[in-house]
Parts: sequence; structure tokens; C-alpha cells
Amino acid sequence: MVTLGHYLVVSGILFAIGFAGVMLRRNLIIIFMSLELMLNAANLSLVAFSRFHVQPNGLPNYNAQVFVFFIITVAAAEVAVGLAIIVALFRARQTTNVEDITSLKF
Amino acid sequence: MPWYVLLVPLAAAALITIFTQRSKRLSSFLSCAAALASFSGACLIFTGKDAAAVAQKWIDFPGIFTVPFGFVLDNLSRMMLVLVSGIGALIHIYSLGYMRDDEGKSRYFAALSLFMFAMLGIVLANNFVMLFIFWELVGFTSYVLIGHWFERDAAADAGKKAFITNRIGDFGFMLGILMIWTSTGSVVFADVAPQLPILADHPVFLTITALLIFCGAVGKSAQFPLHVWLPDAMEGPTPISALIHAATMVAAGVYMLVRVGFIIQASHAALLVIAWIGTITALMAALIATQQNDIKRILAYSTLSQLGYMVMAIGLSSSNAAIYHLFTHAFFKALLFLAAGSIIVSLHHEQDIWEMGGLSRNLIITFVTFLIGALALMGCPPFSGFFSKDAILALAHEQNMSIFVLALATALLTAFYVTRLLVVVFFGHPRSHAARVSRESPLVMIGPLIVLALFVIVSGSASFSGRFVVVPQEMGFFRSVPLLAMSALVLGTGLAIAFYRGHANETFDFELLRQRFYFDEFYRWLIGWTQELLARISAFFDQWIIDAGAVRGVSSGTWGFGALLRLLQGGNLQAYSFLFGLGIVALIYVAVFR
Repeated sequence: MVTLGHYLVVSGILFAIGFAGVMLRRNLIIIFMSLELMLNAANLSLVAFSRFHVQPNGLPNYNAQVFVFFIITVAAAEVAVGLAIIVALFRARQTTNVEDITSLKF
Repeated sequence: MPWYVLLVPLAAAALITIFTQRSKRLSSFLSCAAALASFSGACLIFTGKDAAAVAQKWIDFPGIFTVPFGFVLDNLSRMMLVLVSGIGALIHIYSLGYMRDDEGKSRYFAALSLFMFAMLGIVLANNFVMLFIFWELVGFTSYVLIGHWFERDAAADAGKKAFITNRIGDFGFMLGILMIWTSTGSVVFADVAPQLPILADHPVFLTITALLIFCGAVGKSAQFPLHVWLPDAMEGPTPISALIHAATMVAAGVYMLVRVGFIIQASHAALLVIAWIGTITALMAALIATQQNDIKRILAYSTLSQLGYMVMAIGLSSSNAAIYHLFTHAFFKALLFLAAGSIIVSLHHEQDIWEMGGLSRNLIITFVTFLIGALALMGCPPFSGFFSKDAILALAHEQNMSIFVLALATALLTAFYVTRLLVVVFFGHPRSHAARVSRESPLVMIGPLIVLALFVIVSGSASFSGRFVVVPQEMGFFRSVPLLAMSALVLGTGLAIAFYRGHANETFDFELLRQRFYFDEFYRWLIGWTQELLARISAFFDQWIIDAGAVRGVSSGTWGFGALLRLLQGGNLQAYSFLFGLGIVALIYVAVFR
């Protein structure tokens, strides 16, 4: 029997993997992918909440699922912008290693 | 009538200052006329019995603080009115001669008239606030007149010294007045007096109040330890020394003590302190006077000494004896100063007694009048000083033996230094060219001398003095006191003649006395030290608390905190996200588990 807890654990693991990726990897593309992973972890938990939060008429609460669609849409837009920035950055600096891109500081 | 007596000199001062500043002759005559008018008014008040004046409303906060502008017209203030305006008028006339060629003659006479106004105000005041205001005004005019020749640094400094020293005493006086006001709710003498029995339940409070009021007299009457200003005040013109610093202003302290005597008499501790301060002043000043060389300074120290006697008499709770001595002293000390001024003028402003000598041949009238004044000062029997000093000595003999012994020693020293002065100045050979060719002063200066000399002679008789003051009764069972006083007189005179006859310079040198017990040096050191300490403390406060702490502390604190925060902005993206994550965790912790 799969419960809400199982979904949330999987979502947490995904989020943690994503966060670890953001923290530890050096390649901007990978960091970007890890970010997407974190977003999807959040989506998973939202969908799970929706599925397990049954209304009095027997239907699940769709508010969370609508929210997920919004997140997917924003994420798609963000990918477009983000990848464009990375491409522009690569053109300017010939690298996607974050350790080489530290000029924005005091 | 009191209004007239009081306001005429003020009007003269105002007229001179505003209109006739340019014309020296007009200014001086205006001032003299005002003094004479004031004197005649005072005589009318003295003879008339119904010279009452209605008190005017002045400061009036009903129930809180009421000060009328009213006058006291009892025997004491009538006598003082005549004394102040009479001697004042004589000195105005004398000043016509003494200040004849002075540049600042108008200013001098304006200040002199203002002084008359202030002094008469002190005498007439019927409450503490009026008394205090006129008191300060007297201090101010004294400052102006001492510093009359302000081009000379010594005169300017002496004026400042007098004013500041007086202010120290006046601060205590003001505190005393405030204490009286808070405890009785009134500042009018006549209203305070009936409330004294209530105060008498708090003897400590009463003693402190009495001593604070006495502080004012210590400053104005130049008692130890605030006596230092009076000898320096001799930098002023000699008529000023005679009027302000011998006959009237310094006597104001004694007058005030008698006026508020009902407070002082109520506290035995305060009386004891006052008596001893008077005794110390009398003895110390007489000791110093024996070794001074400036004729005016010798007279100044003798003034200090005589004021000491008066204060001593008040401390021995006999205001009659004090006022009697004040009365006689005013005449003979004014006479002595004016005669000294006559000598100084005829010697072209030479004041060193060792540059004089043999003056009895050239300045006959000055010599005779000076001699009369000197005999009165020494306490030689037919003259006034003998009786008044004898009254005080008898009083001391009756009440406090140690004070009596010191007072007798003072009398001996007085005879000694006065005889020294006489011998050195008037006898022997002239010791300078100026002394050889000296000529008698003009009539306008000699006239007041003769008048004052006559008063000194007649004020010795009880029937004359009795019209003005209460002459203390000769105490028959203390016949030994006049005898002792006489032997002190003879001994002092004899010693002085023996030491100084025929000598052309100081026969014995006593550095401690010559340097006036190093009071000025001590005060300079004390003030320098305390001021330095205070300055250092405030400099420390300013430098370290205000500057370093409040101002630079805030700025460098902000700057340093900013510099610390700046370290976080290292440009490392992952460090940012790590901190971001930490922040989220912290927020969740706070939101969920707290």
C-alpha cells in the first residue's frame, strides 16, 4: 500500500539530490539540471498532496495540480532564459565552470 | 524722600552716560551735584521722623514669590544713609581735584554715581532680593572703578580679581537667600524674622543658612579666605580706595550681617565661626601690613584688619559695637586714604613709602590730617578709634579670652605698622627728589580732608556719635581692658619708633609677611591645579567618550560590520546557494519548531 508518506520521502530524496547537485557540481549545465530536479521534486509532492486530499464529493483537490502546471510552465520559460544566459556566458568566457566565473564580487 | 535720595545718583549716572559723556567738566559737576543732593535728602530723612516710603509692587507671583520694592528706614539705615552719602559727597568733591586731568573723567564720575545709587540701595533694601541685586551692582561698579586705568594690566587684572572673588562669596549668599526663601516662603526681612522660631527647630539648617549668608559678607568685606582682592583693588584711583574699599562698600558686608542679624544670632555655631574668621582676618592683615611698602597697600591691610574687628564684634553677638566701629572707621579710613591720595598726587604718583620721607615739612595740612586719622586708627584715646575698638575688646574680654588675646595683639600690631608708616613717610630726610620738592595739594582736595578730620575728632565724643549709633556702654568693671589696650598702643608705637627712626630702608626683613603669607601664590596654585584637573577630565571625556566612543565608534562600527559582511560576497555561486539553503532551514526551524 503506497501512502502519502512514501511519495513525500521520494520527493524529499529527489529534492536532496537536486540540492546536492547544485551545491557540489561545477558545471553550470549540470547545476541547471539539478535545479530542474528540485522543481520536479516539489511538483511530485504537490501532486501527491492533491491525490491524497480527497474532497467530500470523492474527487481529489485539483488546486495543487493546477499549481503544478504553472510550475512546469514557468520552469520551461526559465530553461529558455537560463540556457540562453549560459550560452552567452560560454561565448564570452569559453567555460561553464562556476569556479571560473567569480568576477561579480566586491 | 527715600526715592529721591536713591534715584538722583542713578539719574546723574544715566545723564552722564547718555548725554554729557563728551564734556568732562559738566559730567563731573553733574555727578557732584547729585551726590550733594542725595546727601541733603539723607539729612532730611535722618532728622525727619515721618520719612516713610510706600513699598511698590515689583515681582509678584501671589502665593509663590513676592518681592516688593520697599525701604527700611530704621535708625541703622538712616545712619548709614547719612554716612554713605556724606562721605560719598566729600569724595566726589575730592575727586574733582584728584582726577582733574584724567582722560576717562566722565566715565569715572558716571561709575561713581552709579556706585552711590547701588550702595544707597543696599542700605535701603527691605528684602533679600533687592539687597542682592544692589549688592551685585556694587560689585560691578567696584570692578569698573578698580579697572578705571584699564590700559595698565595690573589695574585690569585687579578689577577682574575683585569681581571674581566677590562672585565666589556671592554664590554662597545667593544659596543662603534661596534657603531662607524655601524655608520661610518670604524674602522680606520683616516677614522672615517672625518665622525664625520655626527654623530654630532645625539648628543644622539654620547654621548652614547663616554661614552661607555670611559667605556674602566674607566676599564683600574681604574676610579671610576671600581677602585677597582688597589689597589688589588699590590699583584703582585713590578716591575709589577711600570710598569703596575703605568707607562704604567693604562695610556693606558688616551692614548686611547686622541687617540680617536675627538669623545669625540664632545660631551659636555660626556666631563662633564668624567671630573666629574676624579674628583671623584682623590678626593676619595686621601682620602683613607690617611688612608692606606701598602706602595704599598698608592702608588696605589696615582696612582688612579693622573689618576683621567688626566681623569679630558681630560674631560676639554685639551688632552695636560692630556698627559703632563701622561708623568711626568710615571717617578715619576715608580720611587716611584721601590724605594718602594727597601725598601720592604731590609726589607725582609715587606710592613706595621708602621713596618718601620728611613730608611733614612740605605737606603740613596733609600731615596733620593724616596724623589725626592714624591716631584714630591706632586707637589713641581722644580719637574715635579708641572708643569703638575698646568696645570690641571689652566684648571679647567678656566672652572669649583667646579671641581677646589675639585682638589685643592685633591692636599692638596696628600701632606698630601705623607708627612705622608715619615715621617713614613724614619724618627723617626726604629720600627722593619728588619728596624734596613736593607741594601741598589744591584746596578742592584739602577741603574734604579737613572736614573729615573734624568728623574724626568729634566722632570720638559719645554725645556726637550717640546721635547716629548706639554707643556701647563703657563696662565699669573691666577697667583693665582700656589699660591693656593703651599699653599695647604704647608698646607698638615705641617699638616702631625704635626700629624705624632715622632708617632709610627696611630694618628687618620678614619674607613670609612681605609675600602676604603666599596667599596669592597658593590660590594661583590651587586654581591652576583644580582647573588643570577639570580640564584634563573634560578633555578625556571629549576625546575618548564623545569623539572615540560616540562619533568614531558608530562610524567605525558600521564600517567594520560592513567589511565583515563584504567577505560573504566572494563571487562563489555555490557558497551563495549553500547559505541560501541554510537560511531556508533556519526559517523552517523557526516556523515549525518554535
